[in-house]
Amino acid sequence: MKCEELLAMLNDYVDGQIDPGVCEAFESHLEGCNPCQVVVDTIRKTITLYKDEAVYELPFSFRTRLHQNLRERWKQKWNN
Amino acid sequence: MLTESELIAQAKQGDFEAFETLVTRHERRLYRLVVQLVHKAEDAEDIIQTAFLNALEHLGGFREESSFGTWLTRIATHEALKVLRRRNGWVQLPAEEGTEVEDGDIPHPEYIADWRENPAEMYEQRLLRVILDEAIQQLPDSHRLVFVLRDVEGFSIEETAQVLSISPANVKVRLLRARLALREKLTTVFGDETRRHQRTPDHGGDSETVTKAARLLEHYQAQINQRGGA
Ligand SMILES: [Zn+2]
Repeated sequence: MKCEELLAMLNDYVDGQIDPGVCEAFESHLEGCNPCQVVVDTIRKTITLYKDEAVYELPFSFRTRLHQNLRERWKQKWNN
Repeated sequence: MLTESELIAQAKQGDFEAFETLVTRHERRLYRLVVQLVHKAEDAEDIIQTAFLNALEHLGGFREESSFGTWLTRIATHEALKVLRRRNGWVQLPAEEGTEVEDGDIPHPEYIADWRENPAEMYEQRLLRVILDEAIQQLPDSHRLVFVLRDVEGFSIEETAQVLSISPANVKVRLLRARLALREKLTTVFGDETRRHQRTPDHGGDSETVTKAARLLEHYQAQINQRGGA
C-alpha cells in the first residue's frame, strides 16, 4: 500500500469501518511509515478536540423567550 | 416517559405540553449544532427560533419517515445555510460607538466574566477555543456542515446525507477534505517543528506555514484580547 492509497481509506480506518483484509495492509503500512502514523493520530486528535470543545450552552434567557413565543404561536394556530 | 411517537401524536392533536417536551428534548443539541455552524450567538438564536416555528407550522405534515431529531436538524441546518449565504454577501457595518458619557458618572462594570477559578487554565482553554474556531471558520460552509454533523454531533454518514440532501458518497468526500484541512490548520499551530517530518514526495507540506507558528500565537492572543471574556 502506498501513502496516497492509505489517505483514500483514512476515513474508514479512523471510523473503524474498514474491511479486515484492507485493515491489515493499512496497519502494516503504518508500522513502517512514521508520517502516516502522525497523520492518523492527529486526525483523531482533531476530531476529539472539536467534540470535547463543543460545549455551547443554550442561554437561559433565550430559552424562556423561545418557549413563550412558541406558546403564543401555538395558541394562534389552534384557536383559529 | 412518553416516546417520541406518542408525543408527536399528542402534539398533532393540539397538545402544547407535548410539543414543548419535544422542543426541550432537542433544543440544547440543536443550539450547539447551530452555534458551530454560524459562530454567532444572536444568529444562532434567530435560527433556532425560526426552526422551531417552522416545525410547529409543519408538524401536521411530518410523517416520521426519519426521526424527529433528524427532521428538526434538517430544518435548522437549512435555516443556518440561509444565514451563511446571506452573510457571505454582506458588508458588515462597524457597531455604533456609545458617545454619551456624563461627567461624574461612576463607570459601570461592563466587562463581567468569571475568572476566579484557575485563570491560567481558563486562559489556555479560551486560546484553544479561538484556535479551533478560526480553523473551522476557514472551511467552506459545505465542509464545515459535514464535519460538525458527523464528527462533532455524531450523526452517521447516512443521517448526515439525509439532513443535507446529498449522497453518502458525497458526505464521505467532504468529510475527508474537512478532516484533512482542519488537521493541517491545527498542525501549523500545535505542530512541534523540531520533530517535523521532512518533505518527501508523499508527504509534502507547506513549510512556510509551519514556521509561522510563533506569529500565529501572537495573532490568537490578540483575538482573545479583542473578544474579551465571551
Ligand atoms: Zn505512509
